[in-house]
Amino acid sequence: MFWPAKSSIRRRLTVQLLVIAAALSLVFFLIVRVIADQAATATQDNILLASATSISDALYSERGAVTVEIPYSALSMLGTISQDRVFYRVSEGGRTLTGYDDLPLPDVAPRAAQSRFDTFLYRGETVRSVAVSRTVSSGGSNVDVTVVVAQTRLGLALISSRISFFAAIFGVLFFLVATALSLLAAQSALSPLERLKQSLQRRGAHDLRPVQAELPDELTPLVDALNNFMGRLRASLAQSEDFIAEAAHRVRTPLAVVRAQAEIALRRVERPENKTSLREMIRAVDESSRSAGQLLDHAMVTFRTDALADDEFDLAVVTKSVCDHLLPTAELKDILLIQQFPDTPCPFRGDAILMQNALRNVLDNALKYSPADSTVHIGVDSDDQGYRISFNDQGRGFGSSDVASLTQRFSRGSNVADIVGSGLGLTIADEVARAHNGRLEISSNPKGPGACVSLIFPQP
Amino acid sequence: MRFAYFSAALTTFALSLVFSIGLGLSQTRAYVIEDHRNYTWPGDSSILRIISTADVNVFEPIIVEFQRSYPGITVDYTIVSSTELMTALYEEGASFDLAISSAMDLQTKLANDGFAQSYRSDATDALPKWASWRGQVFAFTQEPAVLVISEAAFEGMELPRTREDVITLLRDNPERFSGRIGTYDVRISGAGYLFATQDSRNTDSYWRLTEVMGRLNAQLYGGSDEMITDVASGRLALAYNVVGSYAASRLADSPGIRILQYDDFLNVMLRSVLIPVTAQNPRGAGLMIDFLATLDTRAGLERLTNLTPVKSDLYATNSASRPIRLGPGLLVFLDQLKKEIFLRNWANAIEQQ
Ligand SMILES: Nc1ncnc2c1ncn2[C@@H]1O[C@H](COP(=O)(O)OP(=O)(O)O)[C@@H](O)[C@H]1O
Ligand SMILES: [Mg+2]
Repeated sequence: MFWPAKSSIRRRLTVQLLVIAAALSLVFFLIVRVIADQAATATQDNILLASATSISDALYSERGAVTVEIPYSALSMLGTISQDRVFYRVSEGGRTLTGYDDLPLPDVAPRAAQSRFDTFLYRGETVRSVAVSRTVSSGGSNVDVTVVVAQTRLGLALISSRISFFAAIFGVLFFLVATALSLLAAQSALSPLERLKQSLQRRGAHDLRPVQAELPDELTPLVDALNNFMGRLRASLAQSEDFIAEAAHRVRTPLAVVRAQAEIALRRVERPENKTSLREMIRAVDESSRSAGQLLDHAMVTFRTDALADDEFDLAVVTKSVCDHLLPTAELKDILLIQQFPDTPCPFRGDAILMQNALRNVLDNALKYSPADSTVHIGVDSDDQGYRISFNDQGRGFGSSDVASLTQRFSRGSNVADIVGSGLGLTIADEVARAHNGRLEISSNPKGPGACVSLIFPQP
Repeated sequence: MRFAYFSAALTTFALSLVFSIGLGLSQTRAYVIEDHRNYTWPGDSSILRIISTADVNVFEPIIVEFQRSYPGITVDYTIVSSTELMTALYEEGASFDLAISSAMDLQTKLANDGFAQSYRSDATDALPKWASWRGQVFAFTQEPAVLVISEAAFEGMELPRTREDVITLLRDNPERFSGRIGTYDVRISGAGYLFATQDSRNTDSYWRLTEVMGRLNAQLYGGSDEMITDVASGRLALAYNVVGSYAASRLADSPGIRILQYDDFLNVMLRSVLIPVTAQNPRGAGLMIDFLATLDTRAGLERLTNLTPVKSDLYATNSASRPIRLGPGLLVFLDQLKKEIFLRNWANAIEQQ
């Protein structure tokens, strides 16, 4: 059979099994029909022969002439199997002694003790006939007498059509059962594939561990190839993360040197325009090292989400420590951090370092995109659904940026204007949230101008 | 009262013959009609032409009741002997819508040789299996062959219960029974031939009985009616193999006769009906078959005609009952050689003088 390369294995398997089942049902039906026909014919033949034989046994010669006294049973037995019409003829060398004289005799008379069966049309109906011969000695000579008994076939046709009918029903039933079974068989034959598919689907986007599922031999090469491929992918990912981390590190160290030298120079120069350009330089170096830091952070996040640490910590405590950490930056811009934590502890399981990293990036954004002398509200809420850690600022907000794409790597909003950034902060926050079964929510500040970025975790 | 539904016209055999010759019917008719009646339905009607062996007095109530149940049908009723019925349908291709006969063998032969049409209805489906053949021959009454005796002749004697009893009785009392035994002349009576052949098939005593009857100078009859008349008048002491329904219908007007059923076996003849291939009104014929097949639901008719409708509990009522089986077996005694030999043997046995 020719199948398009894309057609489903299940459909192929099912169709093939069904074709086989249909062929078997048909063969079964035909065989039963043939057997039924043969059995019916054999039954009729036996009775016809018994009838003809008993007539030929009743032949005798009387006063030089052959005569016959047909036994009652010879014809009545033919009435026992069906209500078919019965014809007979006893003839001596072509001359009819008794019976239906238009009933055809066989072309060649059967030899003594033998019989000839025949099927032909007689008086408008198909009849089955048997001819037997017997030699009767009469008036000193031997005379060959032929007895023909014929019967219409309606009764037998009825029997065999009834059998055919049941055979057809059985054939159809067989086909239906075979259909159900082949569907099951296709299902079960394909279930390892289904398992493989599900085990692959269940994994996170970054889960590149080898597939461990118990699978049949036939799938082993496929899975091996897959694992091998994932191994290489993981290695090359790790390599590039390593590379980024290394690069970031190597950039940060000289930047730190440059920054230190610039500060020293700043203290020495007198001219205001020189001071301004040195301050610009320091600011650019800061941004660069922050970007390099974020690249490092991101590499670390990618690495750690593969093998998440399982720490127990308090979300409120972590949030507070992040705020404390960024307090100097906030004070530099005269930004007030208002923190609000629930009275009860907020226990959580996960990777504390990643969590800290994510929160820091979000708060960092809030500070970065806020004007001086503004307020940032940091809140941790807990209810039976889970936790929400939100950062509300009074800055420029997201404007017309496409919020959904902001979490992609190196994607930055259209509202950034002069503010330098790498486009990784929200990416890190989003990946960490998802690694902890949570999500990142980006919206505008419900209580006024500015942005609201929240991390939401379901109750474990 | 009954006659309000139709007008019955009676023409004698001679009249009908003259009538048909007078009209110059194109088809020459050789079969002999015994009687002919026309039950005209006033107004619009279809005509149902029946050829039958049943006497008018037996069948008239049925026709009346039939016309009452299925109005609008004129019934043309022709009575013939069973052999003439065969001649009419088998040899002359006469056109009738329905053939009713008690000669089961001839009815079977008509169906076997392709002279009957198939018919099927709820009524025929409800018939017992043994009461129909090929969906073409339908039996509607069951009529046992019985012994009818003159009570006077049997005074002080034990009544015979089996054929052996009859043989012993006749042997022991030749002077009492000589010349006073009646039976069918099987050479001319179809029913007589059917009963005789079935007797011969069922028991060896039949031939001994025939011989004993022959020795006692048995009287031979063409029909049951005359036999019963002669038993009633005392001319006969007993009549062997009389159609039970006829005897029963005569009980009332013939005091001194008595019907005996054999205990060894009781041949039960089935009166049957078929639709000839020449039928011009097969629909009407089907209605009549339905009517006859449900005769057992009309108790009144049963009383009027003394016919016993076919019942599936035939064996339950009399275990000796043997309904003669419709089917190819009946063709055997119609075989010309077989018939010749049987009649020769019978004549040898019965005519000993
Ligand atoms: N608090 C905020 N206020 C306004 N815009 C924000 C804020 N946080 C993030 N954004 C927008 O989302 C973009 C992506 O943020 P992020 O991934 O941290 O990159 P960036 O390095 O540019 O800050 C930013 O470029 C900015 O357009
Ligand atoms: Mg940022």
